[in-house]
Amino acid sequence: MIIIVCLLVVIMLTAAVSAIFFKDLLNAVIAACMVSLIASVLFYLLQAPDVAMAEASIGAALVAAIFIIAISKTKRHEE
Amino acid sequence: MKKIISLILLFIICLGIIFCLQKIPFGAAKTKVGNYYIDNGREETGAANIVTSVVLNYRGFDTLGEVTILFLAAMGLGTVLATLHKKDKRQIEQASLILKTGCRFLFPLILLFGAYIFFHGHLTPGGGFQGGAIIASAFLLVYLGCRGRKINETSSKLTESIGGLVFLIMGLIGLTLGGHYFLSNFIPKGEINTLFSAGIIPIIYIAIGFKVGSELTGIIDNLMEKS
Amino acid sequence: MEFLTDNIYYIGAFGLIFIGLFIILVKHNLIKVIIGLGILDTGINLFLIAIGYINNGTAPIFSKPGLDVGNMVDPVPQALVLTSIVIGVAILALALSLAIRLYKHYGSLDLRKIKEQRW
Repeated sequence: MIIIVCLLVVIMLTAAVSAIFFKDLLNAVIAACMVSLIASVLFYLLQAPDVAMAEASIGAALVAAIFIIAISKTKRHEE
Repeated sequence: MKKIISLILLFIICLGIIFCLQKIPFGAAKTKVGNYYIDNGREETGAANIVTSVVLNYRGFDTLGEVTILFLAAMGLGTVLATLHKKDKRQIEQASLILKTGCRFLFPLILLFGAYIFFHGHLTPGGGFQGGAIIASAFLLVYLGCRGRKINETSSKLTESIGGLVFLIMGLIGLTLGGHYFLSNFIPKGEINTLFSAGIIPIIYIAIGFKVGSELTGIIDNLMEKS
Repeated sequence: MEFLTDNIYYIGAFGLIFIGLFIILVKHNLIKVIIGLGILDTGINLFLIAIGYINNGTAPIFSKPGLDVGNMVDPVPQALVLTSIVIGVAILALALSLAIRLYKHYGSLDLRKIKEQRW
């Protein structure tokens, strides 16, 4: 059980660090979306099902949608 | 240069926080307010979901403040993105037939699922905010799949306003009847674990579900159409 | 080693907070700064829920009427985090609308170029 939690936290921190180094903004948005999704699983493992449902529906679907719409109206690459 | 200074600063903050975290052990019982809500939550409110009774009954004023902030943010977004000249209508390419039929088929099912979540907010995990977000996802699917279809802006604004007004009116009625304080529970609480129980909590959650759903849909509509 | 496996949730939450703060302080593209704001928000919510956890506790819901559960976790932080997640998405939407408007006015999203143009 602890092994699964450690693995999930390591994957989450790797995704967050890789959001710093991506030059294509679309890839950075997908990395931030993955952070939100793994945080939703961690909320469930901490016995909080309401919060897990809210984070999964709001953080993983709607935030990605409004970021992608905003990127399509401005530049896609960071310099 | 900026990177090195910020890294050193964050490292110093990290050391300070690790020093303070020794006082907060992981997994020990810390506060006593939560124990009171767990022990007396069932009899005083009649809801089976303790988190719902905390959000709407014991701390209902904070939820009113949050609904106000969401309304202000949606209004601010509509104001910032308003343009003076109208956008010319370009020819939008239509999606294929499979995509359009699939989106049209899935749309009422997702709406039904979102409505189920905020109707049963006091019995199972869920509630108004989660259900509203799922309803907004259903409208996002229609925007992305069948291009060229828009929602009716007047009815969306009307739904949002009526949802907020129902919340306020329920609170003001509780001021006169019932316990004579704002947002008091004046409807008789029925039997626990049935659908019609827990006083005003299901009514307020239905109003919040409609309001949040139409608000997030309005945000996506403003971002896609304007400018 | 015991310290690492006992407090793994705290380490994850603080890692996210630091990465979010680093992105806000160092990067100079406006949309990347807003992504960092979102990661910072997620880290703080994870920290709040990790404080309210009790060992061998269950979720605070009474599913069956006669069933007696042992310990329940603290329900108050969960109510606060529910509010905080919705406010977070409202802030991100407003910030992105301001970024779109800035791009239309100045022509670029680089913070160094925008700061150079004084009134």
